[in-house]
Order: sequence, then C-alpha cells, then structure tokens
Amino acid sequence: MNSLDMMRLLPEVILILTGVTVMLLEPFLPAAASRKPLGWIAIAGTLASLAASFSQLHQAPGTAFYGMVSVDAFSIYFHLLIAMVLLTTLLSSLEYFDEHTTHAGEYFALLAFACSGMMLMTSAADLLLVFIGLEISSISTYILAGFRKTEGTSAEAALKYFLLGSFATAFFLYGIALLFGATGSSNIAGISAGLATGPTPVLAILALAMILIGLGFKVSAAPFHVWTPDVYQGAPAPVVGLMSTAPKAAAFAVLLRITYGALPTLGHGWTQLIAILAAASMTIGNLGALQQRNVKRMLAYSSIAHAGYLLVAFTALSQEGIAAASFYAAAYAAMNIGAFTLITHFAGYKEELQTIDDYTGLARRSPVLAAVFGLFLLSLIGIPFTGGFFGKFYVFTAALHSGLVWLAIVGLLNSGLGCFYYLRLLVRLYSTPDRVEEMRPTPKLTVPLAIAVALAAIATLVLGIVPGHVLHLAQAAAATYSAIAK
Amino acid sequence: MNLNGCILSLIVFAPLAGALLVLLLPSRKDSKLVHMVTLGITLVLFLMTLHLPAHYVYGGNGFQFEQNTPWIASPAIRFHLGVDGLSMWLMVLTGLLAPLGVIASWKAPAERARYFFSLYLVQQTAIFGVFAALDLFLYYGFWELSLVPMALLISGFARSSNGTRAAVRFFLYAFIPSALLLVAMIWLYAKTGSFDYATLHQLAASHAIAAAPCALLLASLAFLLAFAVKVPIFPLHGWLADAVDEAPTAVVIVLAGKLGLYSILRFMLGIFPDQARIVAPYVVALAVISILYGALLAMAQTNFRRLAAFSIVSHLGFVMLAIFSFTQTATSGAIYQVLSHSVTDAAFFILLGLLFERYGTNEISRYGGLAIKSPWFATLFVITALSLIGLPMLNGFVGEFLILAGSFSVHPAWTSAAALGVILGAVYVLRLVQRVFYGELNETLPAAPDLLLREQLALWPVAVLMLAMGVASPVWMRAINEYTQAAATHFTPIAMNVLAGGVR
Repeated sequence: MNSLDMMRLLPEVILILTGVTVMLLEPFLPAAASRKPLGWIAIAGTLASLAASFSQLHQAPGTAFYGMVSVDAFSIYFHLLIAMVLLTTLLSSLEYFDEHTTHAGEYFALLAFACSGMMLMTSAADLLLVFIGLEISSISTYILAGFRKTEGTSAEAALKYFLLGSFATAFFLYGIALLFGATGSSNIAGISAGLATGPTPVLAILALAMILIGLGFKVSAAPFHVWTPDVYQGAPAPVVGLMSTAPKAAAFAVLLRITYGALPTLGHGWTQLIAILAAASMTIGNLGALQQRNVKRMLAYSSIAHAGYLLVAFTALSQEGIAAASFYAAAYAAMNIGAFTLITHFAGYKEELQTIDDYTGLARRSPVLAAVFGLFLLSLIGIPFTGGFFGKFYVFTAALHSGLVWLAIVGLLNSGLGCFYYLRLLVRLYSTPDRVEEMRPTPKLTVPLAIAVALAAIATLVLGIVPGHVLHLAQAAAATYSAIAK
Repeated sequence: MNLNGCILSLIVFAPLAGALLVLLLPSRKDSKLVHMVTLGITLVLFLMTLHLPAHYVYGGNGFQFEQNTPWIASPAIRFHLGVDGLSMWLMVLTGLLAPLGVIASWKAPAERARYFFSLYLVQQTAIFGVFAALDLFLYYGFWELSLVPMALLISGFARSSNGTRAAVRFFLYAFIPSALLLVAMIWLYAKTGSFDYATLHQLAASHAIAAAPCALLLASLAFLLAFAVKVPIFPLHGWLADAVDEAPTAVVIVLAGKLGLYSILRFMLGIFPDQARIVAPYVVALAVISILYGALLAMAQTNFRRLAAFSIVSHLGFVMLAIFSFTQTATSGAIYQVLSHSVTDAAFFILLGLLFERYGTNEISRYGGLAIKSPWFATLFVITALSLIGLPMLNGFVGEFLILAGSFSVHPAWTSAAALGVILGAVYVLRLVQRVFYGELNETLPAAPDLLLREQLALWPVAVLMLAMGVASPVWMRAINEYTQAAATHFTPIAMNVLAGGVR
C-alpha cells in the first residue's frame, strides 16, 4: 500500500472518516441538544468527498491495492452521482429526526457509511471487494429503514428489508464463489480472461444466474421486487429517497461491470435474461402502481418500472447502452430524490399525508412547492425537456440502434401506462379539496430543505434541457468498456 | 435591426417568459391585473407573428427565418426552427387565437387567474414550437409539452366534476400513440442517423431510406396514428366530446385540428410519401365515415357543446379526405380549411361559452327566442353559423370547394358521399340557430345582457376576417400554393405495384 493507493480511495475514505467523526462527537453532546451540527459536519464531509471525486477526473485512470480497486471514468461518474444523492438526503433530513429521536447523530453517520459502501461497490475491480461494499451499504440501510423508531411500520420495513436482503446477498456471494470455481479468479479482468478461451463452463452460467438474482433484488427488478412496496411505505421518507436512488445506481454499476467487464463472452445469454427482467419489471411495476392509493407505495412500484427502463439499456450490448444506463441512473436519481424530499416536507415525521387523496389541493397551500413536485412527476412520466424524458429517449435510442424494436415498443407503451398514475397525483395537487378547513397546514420550509429541492429540480431540468455535460461524462464512463459483438 | 434570424425563437419563447412574468404578479381578489397583462402579452405576440408574412420572401425556396444550431452532439440533435408556406399562416393564426382565448377567459376566477394564464401561455409556447420545429426531437418535445398545460387546464378549470376524467382520458389518448411515435422516430434515427426534417425529407423523396418496406410502413403508421388521434378522425375521436364539454373555451379553440393536421402534412407526407399512398384508400374511407358519422352524431345531440365537438369531427374529415387525395388543389384547400375552420370554430366556441356564462346551461332545449333580447349576439352567431356551413362569400366555402373539387377527380364516389356531409352540416347548425335564437322566447331563462363592448371588440374583427377570407383568399393562398407546388414537384411516387410487392 502506498500513498497513491489511498488517493485512489480518497472519496470513500473521507466519507468513512466523516461518519466516524460524527459518531465520536455525538456522546459529547448533551442529550437534549440539537443534533443539527452533526448533520452539518456530515454535509461538509460529503462536499469534501465530492471535491475529491472531481479531482480524480483530472488524474489518469488506474488501479490500486493490487488490482482490487479501479478508478476510471466509470467509477468517478457513479461516485459523483452517489455523493450528490447523499448531499441532497442530508440536507432534506437535517430537521427530520431532530425533535423525535435522541440518536439523530447515528443517522448521519449511517448515511455516510452506506454511501461509502456504495462508492466502494462502483470502484471495486474484484468481486470480493464488491461484496464488502455491498454489505457495508446494505447493513447501514437496513438500520436506516427502521429509523422511525416510534412507528410500527418502520420496524416492519427494516425487518423485511433485512431478512430478504441478506437472503439476496447470499445469492450474490454464492455467484462469486461459483465464478471463482469456474475461472480461478474473483477479479473482473481475471474472470474475463478465464472465460475468453475454451467452452463456457456450466458453473459460470449458474454463477451468472445467482448474481442476477442478488443484484436484481438490490435494484428491485421483477420478479425480485416483492419487498419494495412494504419497505418504501414504512421507511422514513428521506431514507426512501436515498434507498431508491443511490444503492440502485451502485448496484447497476456493479451489474454493468460484471456483465460488460467480466462476462462479455456470455453476452448472448445475459442479454436475453435481462431483456425478460426489463420487460417484466416495467409491466409489473406500472400495473402495480396503477392500483395504489398510497403515494409512497405508488412510487415504490414506479421505481420497479424505472429499474426496468434502465435494464433495457443493458441489452443494447453497445457503449451507447452503457452510457444510456449511466445517464438514466442520474436522471432517475434527480427526479426521484426530489419527489421524496418533497414528500418528506409535506408529510412530516408522522407521515400524515399518505394517500393520493391527502394531496388534494396542495397547490393552494404551497403553490411553488406543488409546482416543483409537478415537475418531478412530469419528469417521471417522461415529458420532454425534463431529465426523465431524455433518459428514456437515450435508453430507447440505444435499444433501437441494436435492433430491439419489441423491447422499445413494450417500454414506451409502458411509459404510456405509467403516465396514468403520475397524472392522477398531479391532477390531485391542483384540484379543489372537499373540506378546506381540515387540511393540515404545511410546515415551514427550511433553508436546507429548500436547497435540497432546488438541487434536485435544477438537476432534473439541466438533464432535460442541456444534457450535454452529463452526457459527455456518461459517454466517457462507457468508453471504459468495449461493445460486445452480436 | 434585422429580426429575421431570431424572430422564431422570440415567438416561441416569449410566451414562456410571459408565463413567468404572470406568476410573479401580485394576486388580489377582484383584480383584473393578471388578465390585462396576459392580454397585453398575447397582443404583442400576435404583432410578432405578423412579422412573418410581412417579411416572407415569395418565390424563395424552402424554409425561411431559419435558425439552426447544434444542441446535443450525440445523439445528433439540433435546435432547428423555420417556417414555409405551410406553417407561416398557422403561426399567425396561433398568434391571433392567443388574445381571443384570453378574452374568452375573462371570467376566470381572480384567485386562480395566475395559474390559469401561466399554463395558457406555456401552451402557446408548445403550439408555436410544434409549427416551427424542424428537428424531429425538438418537434416531439413541443408536441408532448402541449399535452401538459391542456390536460391541467381541462382538469383544473372544468365545467363539472367530470373534468379530471375528461383530462386523463384526453392525456392517455394522446400520450400512448405518442409513445409509438417516439419509437418510430428513434428507429428512423437509427436507420438514417438524422433527426433533421430536411435531410429525412430529401432521403424519402429519393426513396433512399435503407430499411425494409414493411418496417417503413409500420413506422409511418405510428406517425399517422399519433397525429390522427389529435385531429381526431373516426374511430379515434373518443376523447373529444368529453374534453370539449369540460374544457374552458380558451383550451377548446386549440384542442383539435391544426396540430394533428399540420403534423400529418409535414411529417407523415414529408417523410413517408410512399407509405402515405399505400394507406391513403383506408384513410380516405375513414375520413368520409368521420364526415357522415360526425354529422349524424351532431344532429342527435341535445347539448350544444357536444354538438360542436362532433361538428369538428365532421369538418376535419374533409381536410383528411383532401390531404390523402394528393392533388395540388385539394391540398391547398385542406391547408386553407385548417386556417379558416380554426377561425370560425374559435368564434363559434367563444359564442357558445358566452351563452353558458350568461344562462348556465348547455342544453339546447332550455333556450329559445334569444334574438329578441340579444340582437347583436344573434347577428354574430348567425354569421359564424353561415361560415361554418360553408356559405359562399364566407371563409368556409373556399376551402370546402377546393377540397371537393380537388378530391373528386381521384375519389369520385367517396367525394360524392362526403358532399352529403355538407348538407347534414347545414341541417344541424341551422337547427341550432333556430332553436336558440328564434321561435318562442323561453321565459325561464335568467335575464342577461347582450354582447358587452369587450366581447364585441373581440368578435367583430373575427367576423370581418371570415368575410375577408371568403372574398380575398389569394392573400393567404399565395404562400400556401407555393408550398403545395413545391411538394408536388419535389416528389414523384414510385410505381404502386413495386411498393405493394415490397410490402407483400
């Protein structure tokens, strides 16, 4: 290990140090004192980590720790994405726990640890390190899901998430073991080299299936999606905002690394499997969301559908497909975390607004926030000049370039199906409530929350109107891999 | 200062800036400030659109007032705007309808006026954008964007509690075919590497798009379906009656017709000329069914807004018939009819909206003998009705005549059947006039004033325009004919049997 190795891991290291600092400082605060200063420390740490990732953009790509870690345009892209999500989450939850929980400091530390795990997943070049990153991030998010300690639903969510999640992680680990058995290596490059010659061993195919199951759970792709609605409904809203974006982006990054980096020779096998997963996720997600009255459950199903859209990009087997998947991950993160930030604000700690009907007439009380919420919903629908549209457009462009017309038609028809439930909520925001006096007064908008919302809204618009810069980064990230010949 | 290089951007984005301005205005009850500012913005907008015909170079080939800058490098998307003889007058028409819509919405509740008018202005941006965009991606952006304010205005300012249902239905009817349109557009991009209209048009005219004939036909059908829903043509008209019934007048006057018909002329015929000829017989049949079925449904209505909705289906059927006859006369007539029908329909819906505002009902049977109480109202209504049924000297006649004359040589049987629609149209419109304005005065109607000065000021210019478009059609026809001539000489269809063989 040398100093360059540490530099390669700097973003992760900063986040872990931030988390440790927050944990160490918390006992020194009096029990009744506000935990907000700890939150600000976490925000400062996140900004430092973000800066470290940016500085890596200007360094030559390379590996560290004997080929365990690979820092390239691909990992930096996802590092930036995860750090931005973390920043928004921290800003939006600064006030959230303050009055209700005594150990809010732990919360900020866990968020930092979770994101350092996700970053590690995206820069790991060895499947064992991927697994360690996955565990760091998963264990932290299990706890975070149960953080509304006074609410029963939250505990239920945490338990479900933990049981099913550890089951899925076991599948993933089993897949790694089988791949090691098949190729004698757990390194991405080593696996790829081991499979390059000779007939494909059966073990490798089994391993692929296991890994798809494990990661399919993490990205909540159908048919591994069953946990999603319950967990999203029970977990605290800011945590759901994080959970539905950053770990998914990390898991997609790992999936891209494994499919394109380690298993290009199995391309024809996994492309068909993933096409089926994509079609199923889109359809099941949208059909499920249609039937929901609870907004968080609805968005849970919608996140299943969006995972499906993103998986479509995998099947293109081209660099354009990788770029499209990366871009979509960013666009989805922006609009979804924005929506959950606003739900955090509207519903409050007790989650008093639950069903679509509770959101009736919100535009009268807070016209600006309702308009921004509308923007996020329009982006989720995929209306032009928003990030959601350009993401979808780019994904389906990649798919059609590879001749996958049927998948593109299924996908875009699904987006037609999807617009129905988002629109139902959007129309509710602007319709007249039956009983004006019973409406809950909207809490005061705090500055950090406003910054979080503004960040997400600006990102959504920038990705839709001037996507050039992010697109450039995504295309550079995709250039790390080579296309797979059909 | 030479505005020609940026006038289109100004026209397209000025309403958006106006929408932001309106949102920032203070809102007070019983204040018409928001209304006045919006009216001012739309009047300026109308003047800006008049720049186009004033500086249009007749005889200049291709698109004018063009702006073409790269937007996104890969996929290759350009910010490309431009107008030609087809779209220029449509831009002016949109500019004219914008202030009319504001006056028609003068009764919009003051506390929600900011919301109403900012959405209304966003909608103008989307419509101008659709007419001016020459890059398929950009065009699709504006096309989809136009749905959002329309749906929100229908749901938020509906006449009854069914507004949300009507809005969602409208949105789904339009959005799902648009998804297929997007697939077809991206597929086209994958085949040709371009979203640029001029490039695609050139490739199509020389039959040089490298793709299987069957795939091209399917792509063209996706285009046609998305556009035909917005026209709408039978059997895709299910959304129209509810939407027209619920929507505020300002939305109704841009809801149907011109967006879809323009898109068919520009993109369906421009990019898929060969495929348009394959589907033409079926479209013509559907168009004639629309004409007759729409007219029959209109005759059966007891609610005058629904009557007007079905009359749209019937009237726009003529335009579809003409477009798919592919003769120069018929196409000119079709474009002229889009313009004149939009003007007449705007006046018609504004008058119907005013009737509802005054008497609170859309039921024809509740009216009677209004001509005695409101002579000015009756006068303008009769002029509009006569224009609607295509009386010579008024605007409706010119387009209808050209359409029937131009289509007859190609489809004599279908055109003869369509001519029946003219007679049916006269029946339901004149019966409506008779029942509302003549006969016994219905004493149960509440007392209400005749047309106010504001309303007269809005409607008389439109009535004069109807007359002018009826007697001085060359003013508008000059640009239109240039477009149809260019379209006719630019494209020579390859032999039908070759195409059909390829498809089979």
